[in-house]
This record gives sequence, structure tokens and C-alpha cells, in this order.
Amino acid sequence: MSAGVGVNLENLWIRFGDFVAVRDANVNINGGDFFSFLGPSGCGKTTILRAVSGFLEPSEGNVLIGGNNMKGIGPNKRPTALIFQNLALFPLMKVWENITFSMEIKGASAKERRKRADELLDMIALSGQGDKLPSELSGGQKQRVAIARALCAEPDVLLLDEPLSALDLKLRQHMRSELREIQKRVGITFIYITHDQGEALTMSDNVAVMRAGVIDQIGDGKTIYNDPNTAFAASFVGENNVFRGTVKKVIGDEVMINTNRSGDLMARISSSNVGKMKEGDDAMLFIRPEAFSLAPLGTQGDHFVTAEVHKEEFEGNVFNIFMEGEGGKEMKVSLPNLGQSFESHKGEPMTLEYDVHNAVALPAGVLATE
Amino acid sequence: MKNFSLMRISIWVYLAIFFAYLLGPLVIMSVTAFNSPSFPRAAPWECLTFEWFSALFQDERILNGIKNSILVGLGTVTLSVAMGLAGALMLTQIWPKLRATYYTIIIAPILVPGVVIGISTLVFWDRVNRMLGLGADSFLSSGLFLTVIGQSTFIASYCMLVLVARLQRYDSALTEAALDLGASHAQTFRKVLLPFMRPAIASAAVLAFLASFENYNTTTFTFGEYPTLTIELAQKVRYGITPAISALAFIIVLLTVFAALFNEAKIRRQELVAAARKTATVEELETGKLRLPGFLSSNTAAVLLVVVAMATIAVVGTATVYSPAQCIADVKETKRLETELRIQQLRERRAQEAAQREAEQGANAPATDTAPKPSNDSGFGNVFNPGTLQDGGTETPEEEPDNSGDSSGSGSIFAPSNLQSN
Ligand SMILES: Nc1ncnc2c1ncn2[C@@H]1O[C@H](COP(=O)(O)OP(=O)(O)OP(=O)(O)O)[C@@H](O)[C@H]1O
Ligand SMILES: [Mg+2]
Repeated sequence: MSAGVGVNLENLWIRFGDFVAVRDANVNINGGDFFSFLGPSGCGKTTILRAVSGFLEPSEGNVLIGGNNMKGIGPNKRPTALIFQNLALFPLMKVWENITFSMEIKGASAKERRKRADELLDMIALSGQGDKLPSELSGGQKQRVAIARALCAEPDVLLLDEPLSALDLKLRQHMRSELREIQKRVGITFIYITHDQGEALTMSDNVAVMRAGVIDQIGDGKTIYNDPNTAFAASFVGENNVFRGTVKKVIGDEVMINTNRSGDLMARISSSNVGKMKEGDDAMLFIRPEAFSLAPLGTQGDHFVTAEVHKEEFEGNVFNIFMEGEGGKEMKVSLPNLGQSFESHKGEPMTLEYDVHNAVALPAGVLATE
Repeated sequence: MKNFSLMRISIWVYLAIFFAYLLGPLVIMSVTAFNSPSFPRAAPWECLTFEWFSALFQDERILNGIKNSILVGLGTVTLSVAMGLAGALMLTQIWPKLRATYYTIIIAPILVPGVVIGISTLVFWDRVNRMLGLGADSFLSSGLFLTVIGQSTFIASYCMLVLVARLQRYDSALTEAALDLGASHAQTFRKVLLPFMRPAIASAAVLAFLASFENYNTTTFTFGEYPTLTIELAQKVRYGITPAISALAFIIVLLTVFAALFNEAKIRRQELVAAARKTATVEELETGKLRLPGFLSSNTAAVLLVVVAMATIAVVGTATVYSPAQCIADVKETKRLETELRIQQLRERRAQEAAQREAEQGANAPATDTAPKPSNDSGFGNVFNPGTLQDGGTETPEEEPDNSGDSSGSGSIFAPSNLQSN
């Protein structure tokens, strides 16, 4: 890959007393990658980041940065810089002093620091605002100052702990592309933490999906989205409709599942589970809302689903149809708006068709609650 | 509507009474510093004088006391703020379950009577001194050391309370951020935590200095060869009080007013500057052309500060050229006349009495006991008035009006006749 410094987590365990916050994590992050940890609140993302930056000693296992074991090396000696969840800008220092704090530590002169600060301020499009105090900046500006401060330390690895979570939607979207832009420019490894799957998919080279201290899957965005490893990953990343049932017949890498509500349905077995699903196993079948298309009412078959329409929404680019789903939950169907006429079916049954390749079969497991 | 205005009036009345209660004694005391009688009093007003200030500045013991108080104060400030900061930091680091206990222990010295702290400091360090085999003139038994140590025991707790309040608002992520950016723990402390704590440290230092300056009951056991101002004052008062002490009080009040106004002016100024920065444009900030508001503009405290400073300078100026000698001479003269008049009256009365007694003795010899004390004219209220005794005596005191203040006889301190004679 590129010349950047990689990070490896080897059999990493982190416990707080009896509570296991991270369970046997094994992750290889390539140098120069934009790598995301994605998972719901409290799953141990921050804990992993703190172990990488040196604020936490792992209970077991190792953190390697650039191939060097970081055991016993304090946070001020590691080639990492962390952008905190709440940014933690020094409130009494001016913006330029904040940005060049790492230089001040090394005894750089005020003139040098000022010069470097101006360069970085240019880069984050805040030229001339160096003399303000952090409290005099807007949320997005603070964000950028925090990034500049971390970059000024010239780290090999930049760690970002949900840096965008405090921003409003517009700004968040803007900052996403800006972050990606900066990462490409400086070429260092970014480890990014988020519970927002959109953020993870749009920005990252690779994503690790976490659930309650366990890493379920590591892969690029497309793989995570199209070929999830576990029921949790399938339900947490993007929207998905679930059908529970038992395995009826396995045919190569496809499987026939006897679903509780729609009879026998065919699906592709997720690639990591090929050969692991046997007849009679509890299974789950996932179909994305956009994977459905309309079919003549009442068509029977192993890739047709019929259900009653509860609610309809027009969203501009798609029609959203909410149908009677499993266990009281609604099943969502999104049909692209291609200018076709669309009459309401509210309260009536409707038949939908899907491509077997777009339905994923997984062993039954915990679903994301979000 | 009527109720409303009534309420407002009563609030104003209440406020007036409240401030009179708070400030009245200070005002009266300040006035006595400028009145010429040698016992501090505001009324009757005799002559405007500044002699009590020069008396104050010529009083070796007071000056020495001030010097010692400042020495002790500086020592106490250093030690208490350092200990208070350490204690406060500890409180935030300590295992949460122990926190309440730790807090109670560290606050305890405030609740222990100062006298007990004084005695125990003395006893403890005497032990230590002996255990180390040091003599009575060692540093450990020096009054300066003992007083600083003794006062700091409880003043450090005050400091800790002030510092903890600020520390609780400290985001420990700032420490982590600094470490993460490569700072050592010492650098983090110096460059991040300490600047954050600076306002609280300043408050704690002022508090510690004032607490040390006014302390009496701990110091009284430990001062040794370093009597502080409060000790000196207490000893002085035992031998009678002069307006020089009022003069000292006035100076202290004036300094307090200065400090308060200065502080207020500074805060207001900071607010104004912050407001100006908020509205400033980027170009103004960048080029440094931002026009900051002048020091006096819309800053009442600053204006007052300047006014008070001018007034002080004016008064000091007047004091150097002003001489109340003529006025004092006049007052002396009137007083001499008054005294003479009184002596005259007494003589007459005594002569009358003698005549009366003679007449009575002639008429009714055994009835001497029933004779009332004629001079005890106000009856019960004067029972303890030594003047009554003197008046009844045969000798007429030849009172010098001005010497009662520094008279050495202890009997005259509480003698109201002294008051009357001034
Ligand atoms: N110092 C600690 N002591 C005990 N438990 C802790 C500690 N720090 C974290 N935990 C626990 O570890 C788990 C993971 O915490 P972590 O902060 O890593 O979550 P997270 O994934 O970053 O969540 P969020 O998205 O809400 O920030 C949580 O259940 C938390 O309660
Ligand atoms: Mg977190």
C-alpha cells in the first residue's frame, strides 16, 4: 500500500473490572488508509481508540504502530494525535496558540509557531482568525481548529473520535468531504470512529463493524453493505428487512429458507458463511428496501413476497412503501421514481419480487436495535 | 399601586439600615482618625488633624507588626495555596468511594478552634525540635515558621475549597489533549492546568492573605519574636486606645476600597474588550487595528477609582502643609476655661456643703449617716464611676486634658472621667 504507518491490534482485550469492553480484537490497518470503526453507542469504540493513543493499557494483547509494540509507551511518546469527542481545545489559548501547542512543547519560537499556524489556518480555510479564542468560533470552525492542532503535531496516525457528532446535518456533510480531502492531502493514516453508518461508508477505505466489544466484520464499504458477515452487521449498516425462518435446503451458495411469514424464499448465503449453514438451522434472510420491484398481484414463487400496504410516502427520488412486516415491524420498500404513474395501494395487498442475488441469508443472530 | 410603593420604600429602608449596620462602625472609626482628641471619637468634632497618621508611622511596634504580618502573610499564602492546590487535585484524582471521607478530613481544620491549632502547633513542633536535638533558637522554633505553619493548617483548607470549585469545571480531556500532543506531565500542569486555575489561585491567595493578616487566636500562641499587627494591636489596646489605631483602620479600609474598585474596573474592562472582539471583523483582528474601548469609557468602577485616587492624593497633599496647631490651641483654651469653671463650681459646692454640715452638726450631731452624696447626681448609673469617688474626695485633680490617652496607670483606662475631661 502507501508509505504511511499502519496500526495492528493483536488479540486485544480490554476489561474494566469484570466488564469486558473489547473482546479479542484483531485488526490490521494499512498505512495511509482511512479506517473507520462503526458501531452503536457503548460498543467500545472510544475504548479501542484510547488503547491506540496510549491512555489505556490493554488487559491482554498488543497495539502495534508501524510494526512497533506500544506496550509501556505513554500517550505523549506515541506517533498518534487524537481528536477528542468534545474537541478539548484549550479555552484560554488563542486559536494559533492552540494549533501550535505541540511546537511550543518542543520549544519552537513564537515566530516559527506563528508561521506554521498561518499555513495550517490557510489549509483549514480559517485564514486570519488565529487571534480569536476558541469560544469565539462556530462549531465547524472549532472542529477544523482541532484538526489543525492535531496535524501540527505531525502524527503518523490521526485518531478521530466522532468529531462530527456535535454538528448539524449540513455542516456534517460538508465536513465529511473536507476530512476526506485533508486525509488525501496529508497522506497519513486516519482512524475514524462513528456510529453513523453513512459517515463510515462515504469516507472510509475500510470499516470495522463493532457490536458490544466484538468486531463482527472488517471490509470496505461495498462488502460491508452487500455481503454482511452477521445478522448484526446486516441490520446495523443501512436499512434492511429481515425474514426469520429455518434452513430448508442448501444448494451450493444459495439456500432455501422456510420463512415464518412468506413461505419458502431463496437467498444467497453471505460469503463468509458458505458451508456453515445446514438444514434445520435457524436463519435470517435480509432484503434491502431498494432490492424489491413490483410484480403482478398474487404471483407465487421463491422470490416473491405478498403483504398488505400500511403507509406510503413520496420522497422525491423514491416512493417508500411500508408494508406489514415481521413481528409487528414494518417492511420498507423503496421504488425508484422513474416518472411512472403510481396509484395508491393503501390497505390492499401488494406483491413484490427480488433478485435472489440481492437477498442475503445469514445464521440467526442479534439484530441492531436502532 | 400603593402597596407596591410601600413595599419599595420598606425595601429601601431595610437596605439603608443594613448598610448602616455594615458600614456604620467603619465610617465612625474613619472619622475618629481625623479628630484631634486623644481618645478616638467622632463627636464632638474638635479639630481636623493628621497627627494620628504621623503618630502611627512613628510607632515602631505597629510598623514592626505590619512588617511581620506581611512576612507571615506571604509565607502563609505560598504554603496554603500550594497545599490547597495539592489537596484539590488529590480530591479529583482519588478513588470515588474515598472522596467524601477525604473531603471531611481535609475540611476538618476549619472546624477546629484556632486556639487549639495554635497550641497543638506549638507543642508539636517543640517536640520535633527536641527530637532533632535543636536548640531554642533553631528555625523550627522561630515564631515566623510556627505562625506560618499554624495558620496554614486551616487556611489551606479555605484555599482548597476555592480551588476545588474551579477544578470541578476543568475538563480532564484538556490534560489528555496536551499529553497526546507530546507534552510531559509537568508541561501539561504548567501550560494547561495552571493557567486555567489562575483566577482561582489569585482568589485563594487574596483570601489566604486576608485570613492570615487578621488571625489572632492561632498566632497568639506561635508568634514568638515575630508579633504580628493583630498581636501588637491587642497588646496596645490593653494599655488604652488612641486614634492612631483608627488611622491604621482607615488606611486599611482605603486600601480595600482601592483593591475592590481596581478589581471591578478590570472585570468591566475585560467584558468590554470581549464584547469589542465579538463584534470585530476578521480584517480588524488580523491587522491589529481593532480599536479597543478606552479604560474609562462606560466603566463606572474605573472612573470611581480615578476619583478616589485623586482625592487621596489631594488629602495627602493637604496633610503635609496643614497644621491644626491654632485650632488645637483654641480648643485647649476653651477646655482650660471649662475646667477652671468646673473647679470653681466644685469649690463653691464644697464650701456650701461644709457650711451645711457644720450647721447640721450643730443642730443634730448623730445624724451624719443619712447625709446623701451630693455629687452623685445621676444616682444608680454612676455607681462604678471612679469620678464619683474623686469628686467626693478632698483633693481636686489637676487634670491635664491631653495626657489621659497614654497615661500609664492601669486604673484610668476605664475611667470615664478621662473621657469627660477630654
Ligand atoms: N473507565 C471505564 N470504567 C468502566 N467502564 C468503562 C470505562 N470506560 C468505558 N467503559 C465502558 O465500556 C463500554 C464501551 O465504552 P466506549 O466509551 O468505548 O463506548 P463508545 O463505543 O465510544 O460509545 P459512544 O458511541 O457512546 O461514544 C461502555 O459500556 C462503558 O460503560
Ligand atoms: Mg465514544
